[in-house]
Amino acid sequence: MILYLMCFFLFLVGVYGAITKRDLIKIILAIGIMGYSVNLFLVLLAYRTGALAPILEKGFNVPMVDPIPQALVLTSIVIELGVTALMAALAIRIYQKYDTFDITKIRRLQG
Amino acid sequence: MQNNFPNEGMSVIVKTITRFTVWLIFLYGLYIVLHGHLSPGGGFAGGVIIALSYVHLTLAYGKNFVLARVDKFAMNSLESIAAILFVLTGIVGLYVVGNFLANFMGIGKLYTLISAGYIPMLNIFICVKVGMGLYLVFYYLASFKPQEG
Amino acid sequence: MILSQFIFVPLLAAFLIVLFARKKENIAAVIALAACAWILIVSFIAFFKLPAHGGMILNNTSGWSIPYTISLVLDNLSAFMLIVVNLVAFLSAFYAIQYINHFTGKWNFFALFMLMLTGMNGVILTGDFFNLYVFMEISLISAYALVAFGTESEELEASFKYATMGAITSTMILFGIGILYSYTSTLTMADVGLQLRNVGTPKLLFLVYGLFIAGFGLKTALVPFHAWLPDAHPSAPAPISAMLSGVLIKTLGVYALVRIFFNVFGAPTVVLQILMLLGTLSIVIGGFLSVVQWDFKRLLGFSSISQIGYVVIGFALGTPLGILGGLLHLFYHAIFKSLLFLDSGAVEYATDTRDLRQLGGLSKEMKVTSATTMVGTLSISGIPPFNGFFSKLIIIIACISAGQIVVGIIAALVSIVTLAYFLKVQKHAFFGKKGSAKVLEKVPFAMKTAMIILAALCLISSAIMIPSIRKQYLNPIVDTVMGKTSYIDKVEPYLDKGGVK
Repeated sequence: MILYLMCFFLFLVGVYGAITKRDLIKIILAIGIMGYSVNLFLVLLAYRTGALAPILEKGFNVPMVDPIPQALVLTSIVIELGVTALMAALAIRIYQKYDTFDITKIRRLQG
Repeated sequence: MQNNFPNEGMSVIVKTITRFTVWLIFLYGLYIVLHGHLSPGGGFAGGVIIALSYVHLTLAYGKNFVLARVDKFAMNSLESIAAILFVLTGIVGLYVVGNFLANFMGIGKLYTLISAGYIPMLNIFICVKVGMGLYLVFYYLASFKPQEG
Repeated sequence: MILSQFIFVPLLAAFLIVLFARKKENIAAVIALAACAWILIVSFIAFFKLPAHGGMILNNTSGWSIPYTISLVLDNLSAFMLIVVNLVAFLSAFYAIQYINHFTGKWNFFALFMLMLTGMNGVILTGDFFNLYVFMEISLISAYALVAFGTESEELEASFKYATMGAITSTMILFGIGILYSYTSTLTMADVGLQLRNVGTPKLLFLVYGLFIAGFGLKTALVPFHAWLPDAHPSAPAPISAMLSGVLIKTLGVYALVRIFFNVFGAPTVVLQILMLLGTLSIVIGGFLSVVQWDFKRLLGFSSISQIGYVVIGFALGTPLGILGGLLHLFYHAIFKSLLFLDSGAVEYATDTRDLRQLGGLSKEMKVTSATTMVGTLSISGIPPFNGFFSKLIIIIACISAGQIVVGIIAALVSIVTLAYFLKVQKHAFFGKKGSAKVLEKVPFAMKTAMIILAALCLISSAIMIPSIRKQYLNPIVDTVMGKTSYIDKVEPYLDKGGVK
């Protein structure tokens, strides 16, 4: 249980970073941390003490780890890769236009 | 290998070591892809490792050295061809078996290299897609210049 | 009926465009239009064939059966949403053929457009929680890229803002899905509902409710989560603004909320009350903020927040009449808001500005744009016989008959505010004295055609209100949403109850 709470704590660390930091790169890293905490949570869900890799064979009667969360983690890593790459590209283009990574100086929109 | 851009990239030590290690990284990526249905790993992990071998070369030798050998247009095309082939595999499954992306090949014997039906094939498609795509992402991000625009 | 074609046709089109259209840019539009037309026709066929299949078509993928695989589920609600999405997508793509000549990288635009359509069709059809997340991310990532398509500094800023907020809330949704999986050991929506029905409502489920309301609420742009919309929607090219405001916020937001909270969790009262509150706030704040805007597209963006509030309160009432109003307003808003965004795009195309202070007296030079904007204005502010009147009327009546008289009065009052800010658009852009902006270019044929078709649809779609049509086609949808167990009951026979094969 304490491990799950630590995952949630890591998630909150990510949220805190994404909300309070002013640097575009730090925001991207904070979003990465949020993603890692969720991935960690999913992997912990699948873990069973002393279990084997889930390859089914006839007459195979040992406890196995749950394969579905592992597949979910792989997929979510791929998605995070896409989002991070896109946000890094946007950050670089913003730097070209504004010459800064500081979000308090990037305020041409009023909303 | 003929190097037309000797002044780019890192020092001679890094280049020499890279010459020895980059093949190992590439081969390890291929191993992960081809054994994706037998051991941990698969198309995505192997593709990332293959892309990293290109990134390794780019870091050590400079990007012009790599681009003289691989065509960016060809990489872009290969990426979309791999994706199209993946979708077409799914459609073949739809018409042969009746479900999208269903396995239409024999399963084979467990723990042999050619087994598990279409999964090795899909792993190879994903490997090409991910390898090319990740390298292109790296290349485009690296080729931005801050003073432009 | 092959459901996977809604997903693989646009996906294939996207990659074919990348492969072939980089050298010859005109192929891109041909491929995109062909794919859009195909799935539009198929979605109509699906809608009219559905009653013959007993109101539910379920296709498993990859040779297993649920809950061990991903399933695609078509029921009345998703068939209706498919028509809305693909209709707007086809007209936007048709409009984009000539509009996009102002930008470079036509093939990029159409490839991302098709990927976004893939994601939206996937979200509508999927019967699996994680698959919902994946398709949502596909359409969101392409939406982030499309918002930044012009690569001006404001567009990049808006896109980064959208991407940050979208990524944070998507992670929240994934966290919620993880908690649900840990509780029920399944990801199939109907199976989750079935397991939860057996165990009641554990305390942990309220955390999931909160995460999902924050996650999908941001995609819907309900009021505390709305800050990205007025930046992101105006920054995109006009056909994309039409897609984002017209269908994306409804597919990823309202549809996902309705599917998850009504069909899976059985419409818990606390969630309905929260949605009611957020919807009312959206109506008021969105409505009043749009009055003070001077940017044409930004005004439309705030107006979208206000109008999506109507849709959400319609559903949150939880009565059949309210849900009918919500569904109708969802459909009608998709039509008239995309029409208005396409009109604003035409104004920007012709005069190169969208600042209402510089525009003026355009009604003589841009007759088609002016007339279609008038139709859109009348529809959105609810003047009979245009379609917006009927949906707003039903929502207000439903509010009052459900005892939410305050909400009903607020909805009716903000409807007048809506008329006020659209009259402001009419006065400053199309009538009144001539502004400093001049008409530099004529609006081309494809753009005009798309706008005229949408304007005609504003009138024709009122015909759904004829009682016999309504009874035959809309009441099954309302029953699908209302019947708290009907979705689960219909999917249950397909579930494989045995162990792993």
